[in-house]
Amino acid sequence: MSTAITSTPTGRPASSRSGGLKGLPGLRSTALRHLLLMALAYIGIVLLLQALDPFRASQLASVAYFIPAVAGLTVLTGLNGQISLGHGALMAVGAYTTAVLLERVEGLPFVVVVLAAVLVTSLVGLIVGAAAARLHGPYLAGATLALAVGVPGLAIYFEELLGGEQGLRVQPPQSPEWFEQLTGATSRTFLAYVGWALALVVLFLLSNLLNSRVGRQWRAVRDDEVAAQLAGIDLGRSRVVAFVVSAACAGVAGALYATVIRLAAPGSFTLVLSLSLLTAIVIGGLGSLLGAVIGSVLLVFLGPFLTDRGTGLGLSDIQSANVAPLVYGLVLVVLMLVAPRGLVGTVRLKLLQRQMSRQRATQRTGDQNAQAAGDQQQTPS
Amino acid sequence: MSISTSRPFARAAMAVAGAAVLLTACGGGSESTSEGGASGGSGGEGDTTGVTATSIKIGTHMPLTGVAAPGYSEISPGVKAYFDYINEQGGINGRTIEYTVRDDTYNPTKTTEVVNQLVLDDKVFGVLQGLGTPTHSAVIDQLNEDKVPDLFASSGALAWDNPEKYPYTFGWQPDYEIEGKIIGKYIKENLPDAKVGLYLQGDDLGADGAKGLKQFISDQIVSEVTYTSGGTDVAPQIGKLKADGADLVVGFNTPTYTALSQLTARALSYKPEWFYSNVALDPNLVGTLLASFSKGAVTPEAGVALLNGNYTTKYFATVDQTDDPWVQLWDKIWKAKGNGKPLTNFNVYGMAGAYTFAQALTAAGQDVTREGIVKALEEKGSSFRGPAFAPFDYSATSHRGISGVKVVQVKDGGVEELTETQITNDGDAPITEGSDDTVAPPADGRPTL
Repeated sequence: MSTAITSTPTGRPASSRSGGLKGLPGLRSTALRHLLLMALAYIGIVLLLQALDPFRASQLASVAYFIPAVAGLTVLTGLNGQISLGHGALMAVGAYTTAVLLERVEGLPFVVVVLAAVLVTSLVGLIVGAAAARLHGPYLAGATLALAVGVPGLAIYFEELLGGEQGLRVQPPQSPEWFEQLTGATSRTFLAYVGWALALVVLFLLSNLLNSRVGRQWRAVRDDEVAAQLAGIDLGRSRVVAFVVSAACAGVAGALYATVIRLAAPGSFTLVLSLSLLTAIVIGGLGSLLGAVIGSVLLVFLGPFLTDRGTGLGLSDIQSANVAPLVYGLVLVVLMLVAPRGLVGTVRLKLLQRQMSRQRATQRTGDQNAQAAGDQQQTPS
Repeated sequence: MSISTSRPFARAAMAVAGAAVLLTACGGGSESTSEGGASGGSGGEGDTTGVTATSIKIGTHMPLTGVAAPGYSEISPGVKAYFDYINEQGGINGRTIEYTVRDDTYNPTKTTEVVNQLVLDDKVFGVLQGLGTPTHSAVIDQLNEDKVPDLFASSGALAWDNPEKYPYTFGWQPDYEIEGKIIGKYIKENLPDAKVGLYLQGDDLGADGAKGLKQFISDQIVSEVTYTSGGTDVAPQIGKLKADGADLVVGFNTPTYTALSQLTARALSYKPEWFYSNVALDPNLVGTLLASFSKGAVTPEAGVALLNGNYTTKYFATVDQTDDPWVQLWDKIWKAKGNGKPLTNFNVYGMAGAYTFAQALTAAGQDVTREGIVKALEEKGSSFRGPAFAPFDYSATSHRGISGVKVVQVKDGGVEELTETQITNDGDAPITEGSDDTVAPPADGRPTL
């Protein structure tokens, strides 16, 4: 059922004897490398936040809340081959958990709130995932679509607890004084610092997971069910785990979303949100974490940019408001025609092709081979 | 064993990263003090962000696309036409008004984004007529934290009137509770035998309206139904109203659900009298909606005719009153600066609110600041006279806007007035009758104090 587009992850299982030791020796150097990368990325973000004006900083905070959700979805769809039209609803679960906890329990550390959001969303993910594991293609899309449509309705049904149509106001965590003095962060930019820290932690964990045995099993399930089963992989279990991981990421995203927007309301979690997450992974490149980051950036920056161009061209307010959806649609269509692997997938393919031709010239072995063949390395015996 | 070798590396990496973060953070610390929040040219006197010697910049969030766009997207063109018109006459206090509209698609997330953009990027002086209860609720905290004037929210929720918590936020249209009270009193006095059914939207609109109604007619209510905004089927609700024997249905709902209630009642051959709140009933819009929902079975004209005899309320002269001097002014402005389409009541709503803003700006004087306009509204706002029938209830302790409405009945696309202006306050404040509080409009459209 390989509906998903195969894309090669950056993995390079260093010592490839991953069988008995639960993948640990393989993880070691990769984890370190990822950790360094994330630390560098965070330094970059901190420098960027220092340089940017508060508005751009607030946009970066928005990027930060999209990243975990988009990354989680790209892993689910790109690596495990499951589609979900309901990730907006999973974000809603995370957002409402955060809102309720911040409202009802005083003095709870934000980290605990986020963890609680992750826990609750994972539980929902477990239930949905268990059902999803039995479904394929359009049926799975339909089931998760129902989730996207239904979950916001719960907020209206349980009005007492969840605030109905108007939702719950969220008092975001205050930045500690020492942090403000240190960084010059305001209460607004503080969330960008926190958001990016969390987003990078999620990316770090996901990138390691993808290079572990679990990640390889997911890819095996995606590429050929029968072969995966023959190799001793429990298909259902693998799918459920993928869904739960993906849901947990959406939980982090939801928690950030609620605190940045300062509100958890059904109007924020429409089907359009789920679809834009899907757009982001398709544009960025299915299965690629870097693609997820690029997709999230586009989600936040493309719309306002286009609207402003429209106004700049002398269109009326209503006309320029319609420019963004129009261009979104066109971009998606063109991208599917020209670069069906998404931005990262296409670039990576080009690089890979060049590498292959160079390889043929200068017979180098080792890492690169492993990288190109990483997926098929499942049968050592 | 493998773990122990990896640890020092990881620890070192983290230490390096942490130190780097701290270092860069310290580096930025010194310059940040000059940033001083979002205020642009704040001097010692007050915050003058968005104000220059010759202009003042304001912005708004409106649904220009999406489900809430029909009707509501006509408000900002009205505002823009009015500002363009008075800018041509020299503006207010020598300043022209620059007006930026940003589309929030009636989605609270978008509202947060676009208001961030207005405040931080466009650096507007204030936000004018931000539309919608759930949407505006999402930004009210941030606006007040940033001390940005948040004037005349386009919604009658009670939440805007909270000067202690939200000193920079002012309501404008009559809130739903006083409208409920006035409708309740009218029914008690004029339709004492009616068996009332309530048709409510499941948010503040319905809840606040019902609260006002029940002060007067709790003994007449035989049925109460709530619908959720977003669905398109109200048959269960209308069916229950019919089954409970309600012969007068009072609706606190949005225009879409007025059209749906009319069509559904027709389908169920249920023929009660209808009493809709102000936001629910713009005859022309609902007529158009009826035509579109019934897929042509009802023509717009027949749709308008279908609404004949329905009760509602209003608080400023509407476009059907072509002999009203205010409507004539709006028409003149719309012909000069509008977008060429016929003038609607939503255009008028926008212009009326923009007029109040022009009054506030005039009252704030030459040296307008963010603090100054709040003070001017609190001190002089209650004396503003304009198109509204009832005075504004603005003071240091109240930010709640227009204090009364008239009860009217729909007749041939227009309305017939049934009462004088009814003026009241929230809670158990009595309802008093006032005469029209309007004054003749200024010829050039620019308010004088």
